[in-house]
Amino acid sequence: MTAKRDFTVKRVRWGERAIEGVLFLAAALAVAIVAGILYVLVSESASFFAQVSFHEFLTETRWTPTFADPHYGIAPLLTGTFMVTLVALSVAVPLGVIIAVFLSEFAGEQVREILKPILELLAGVPTVVYGYFALLFMTPLLQQLIPGLPGFNILSAGIVMGLMIIPYIASLSEDALRAVPRALRDGSYALGATKLETAFRVVMPAAVSGVIGAIILGMARAVGETMIVAIAAGSEVKMVFSPLEQGATVTAFIAQVAKGDLAYGTLPYQSIFAAGVALLLLTLLFNFFAVWLQRRLREAY
Amino acid sequence: MSGEPMRQRNKSSLAIVSRNVFGAALMALGLAALAAGCAPRAPVQQVRVDGSSTVFPISERIAEAFQIRYGRRIRVPLGEAGTGGGFAKFCRGEADIVGASRPIEHDEMDACGAAGIGFIEVPIVFDGITVVTNKDNPVRTLTVDQLRRMWQPQTAGQEVTNWRDIDPSFPDLPLSLYGPGTASGTFDFFTKAIVGEEGASRTDFTPTEDDNVIVQGVSTSAGGLGYFGVAYYEANRDRLNAISIDNGAGPVDPTLANVGAGVYQPLARPLFIYVSAQALERPAVRQFALFFLAQVREEANAVGYVPLPEESYAVYADRIRNRTTGTVFNGEGAVGVTIAELKTRSLSSEPIVEEAPPAAAPAQ
Repeated sequence: MTAKRDFTVKRVRWGERAIEGVLFLAAALAVAIVAGILYVLVSESASFFAQVSFHEFLTETRWTPTFADPHYGIAPLLTGTFMVTLVALSVAVPLGVIIAVFLSEFAGEQVREILKPILELLAGVPTVVYGYFALLFMTPLLQQLIPGLPGFNILSAGIVMGLMIIPYIASLSEDALRAVPRALRDGSYALGATKLETAFRVVMPAAVSGVIGAIILGMARAVGETMIVAIAAGSEVKMVFSPLEQGATVTAFIAQVAKGDLAYGTLPYQSIFAAGVALLLLTLLFNFFAVWLQRRLREAY
Repeated sequence: MSGEPMRQRNKSSLAIVSRNVFGAALMALGLAALAAGCAPRAPVQQVRVDGSSTVFPISERIAEAFQIRYGRRIRVPLGEAGTGGGFAKFCRGEADIVGASRPIEHDEMDACGAAGIGFIEVPIVFDGITVVTNKDNPVRTLTVDQLRRMWQPQTAGQEVTNWRDIDPSFPDLPLSLYGPGTASGTFDFFTKAIVGEEGASRTDFTPTEDDNVIVQGVSTSAGGLGYFGVAYYEANRDRLNAISIDNGAGPVDPTLANVGAGVYQPLARPLFIYVSAQALERPAVRQFALFFLAQVREEANAVGYVPLPEESYAVYADRIRNRTTGTVFNGEGAVGVTIAELKTRSLSSEPIVEEAPPAAAPAQ
């Protein structure tokens, strides 16, 4: 007699249910944590904005919450963040994209299998190591090329941060490039295009939405990066207009000031939450922009 | 065939995602550990020390010696939150001993009083705040007035941004300033002694609670200038220049002899530890505090501070034994106090804060 199962009858599989429950809880936990972070940020910064006007927060060009003469303008921290991100991206985007094109279009299977994990290892290096690499290796090197460069500067921190986010950009861009259908490449070759022309004129435009997604992810990583800038970019809060100066980013300020033991509930204490909210909004803005850009540029096959 | 790239894509994006998840998990674990560490258990055998980064080099060495001898039974976790940050913890009952590079202030006395925490003031050594510059900077002497112009809050349009702005004979270098952060007692003392008002400082400098950042910044910036306790200069002599201070009677080097003789003014100052009277009920705290006083002379010499006379330490040890609370400064700064004066003051002083009522448990 062969035991035949009747799959049309619905049976309650308790094991299955339990696993589904665990998975749901895991997902719910992530959402709850995000909600909790948002709650803390908003509630703490609400009491900040009860004492400091939005107008001052947005238009003042000094940020000195812990000093005797406090000013609460977020602009200097934002310029610091922008400048570091700009330097990081101008290192990481060209290198990352070129690496992606090489891995996807030129490298053989074996080379890729070796190179890609090595590249991704870069993303596993602790950022504090990158920080000291910037401070103790990159800065002295740059000082030989650029006399008068201060010991803490945006340039060095930005370059090293760029190195750090290369794997994010390269790896995701490569995935996007490889997802482009074979037929497009074949068509290009059939028209007599060289490999290089195919890579940059056919495959790249087809994958551009994915590549931009990768760049945005790298950008978000750069905006939120703390340790490298806290160690190598200095902690002088001021409007930054050149990468050759020192300056503080939003994250570096939070890290530096939180270390000095602010008394709970004071305005300087709440100011770090206000800075946190500004950072959160900035990253959200980037994400919306990325989604919009991707929708615009997406080519479906 | 066409499915193959898809699979690849999923695999490697998963690699990145899983790495992030792993990081987040690690962080959560770390937070949990942190929360557990901060939980207000009553640690029977723990002496929690925090406070000034200027006092830190001494506390560190003494704590190390103490741990070697009694480490099995008593742990001494050391913090470096700055004097202000240290007092904040102290008055919340989160630190048993706080290192201070200035006397306790009125609002801190109030905070401790409100929390029912009595403090015992123990001067430990004399320090000379040392102004340091880059090795390549030829300037060797600055007057108090020149320092004030560098550090006072700047008037718009007349900012001092170059060494030339101070004196036309100085080198043409951008002035980049490094100093202790606002939670630091060294910051409070320096602004009071140089600018004239505690806390009055320009804000466009690099503030840090870690004096090694100042060493790093000044030694790598040609026009750099910073200040900290003389011990950090002693430890970094080969990387920095120390500036002689001219207070109207000619330049005076920040040497231990000059600090001890009281001629290095206005930047010589006493350093303190403050011991919680409540924490002293625990034998471990008492043992460590007395050990501290017994060792401080030797360690002061090793670190680069000026020790007090032997009989002063005997007086302060009695303060600890008798749990005599109070300060001799009444919330004022210690600018201009000399070793000799400190001694006479300490012998004649009455505690200003009344002995707090004995708390049932370590205050939280």
